[in-house]
Amino acid sequence: MANSLRAEVVQLYKTLLFLGREYPKGADYFRDRLRAAFAKNKDVSDPEKIKELISRGEFVVKELEALYYLRKYRALKKRYY
Amino acid sequence: MSARVLVGVKRVIDYAVKIRVKPDRTGVVTDGVKHSMNPFCEIAVEEAVKLKEKKLVKEVVAVSCGPQQVQETIRTALAMGADRGIHVEVSGKDYETLGPLQVSKILAALAKKEQADLIILGKQAIDDDCNQTGQMTAALLDWPQGTFASELTFEADKLKVVREIDGGLETIMIKLPAVVTADLRLNTPRYATLPNIMKAKKKKIANVKPADLGVDVSSRLEVLKVDEPPQRQAGVKVETVEDLVGKLKEAGRI
Repeated sequence: MANSLRAEVVQLYKTLLFLGREYPKGADYFRDRLRAAFAKNKDVSDPEKIKELISRGEFVVKELEALYYLRKYRALKKRYY
Repeated sequence: MSARVLVGVKRVIDYAVKIRVKPDRTGVVTDGVKHSMNPFCEIAVEEAVKLKEKKLVKEVVAVSCGPQQVQETIRTALAMGADRGIHVEVSGKDYETLGPLQVSKILAALAKKEQADLIILGKQAIDDDCNQTGQMTAALLDWPQGTFASELTFEADKLKVVREIDGGLETIMIKLPAVVTADLRLNTPRYATLPNIMKAKKKKIANVKPADLGVDVSSRLEVLKVDEPPQRQAGVKVETVEDLVGKLKEAGRI
């Protein structure tokens, strides 16, 4: 695996771990699934495939941010109009 | 524009946590409970940072009052894009009685000291729901106020504020310096990503005491008791309209 790609993957993992702390179903649930997902693709060595998986991970980051924002917005809207 | 923006942030119990009242009915359980920045304050910080990115203001200063722990909240504001922080140290008994009046006196003194041109606050805190700090600060400084702002634009040297009021939206023009309080739809607060949090560790947080600003933080209010809201009674289902009318008559409602 190319060295720069390795750094990107690690950074993605750290970002997902950080965001997963607030996951509604529990931080542990999220962390276990995250590790399983990354471990499943451990042996991929084609740079193209790795880039694709990284962009999938970044998509998940955006989805999580949207999830948290919507949850907060809807809760506050219900309480305060 | 060489404007400086002061943003007030408050450390409150996280919005998603279930609140429990202390057994001795003097307050709410805060030990060991997750705290975070007040959601309206997040919106206020985001607006200030957006103004800085549009180059309409020069510097964003995040301010918070409270014990050591509020430094985390200031760090979150710094990670979102504020330039520096000011921590007004208030601890123990004083912090428990710290209310909007004291905070607005502190903010007014800081605004004069830092020569701020704009103060952006959240409209209310989700723990005390006072909705008073912004208005009191404007009154103490004799500045115009744009409260419940859902849109903020600079026009020449004035500020155009679209406010959310009961009837709909109201647009007002106010002169700077001014106080603005943020409502829910002002913007979408950004996430403090890990690299930004790392960068925020290098930013400065100044430490100030209320006495240095010449502010008296004694409270004129005394909390007598704190109670949970009454438990909801289960409803009663009826079969026909006659039953409903009968039950209403029994309850003395008609």
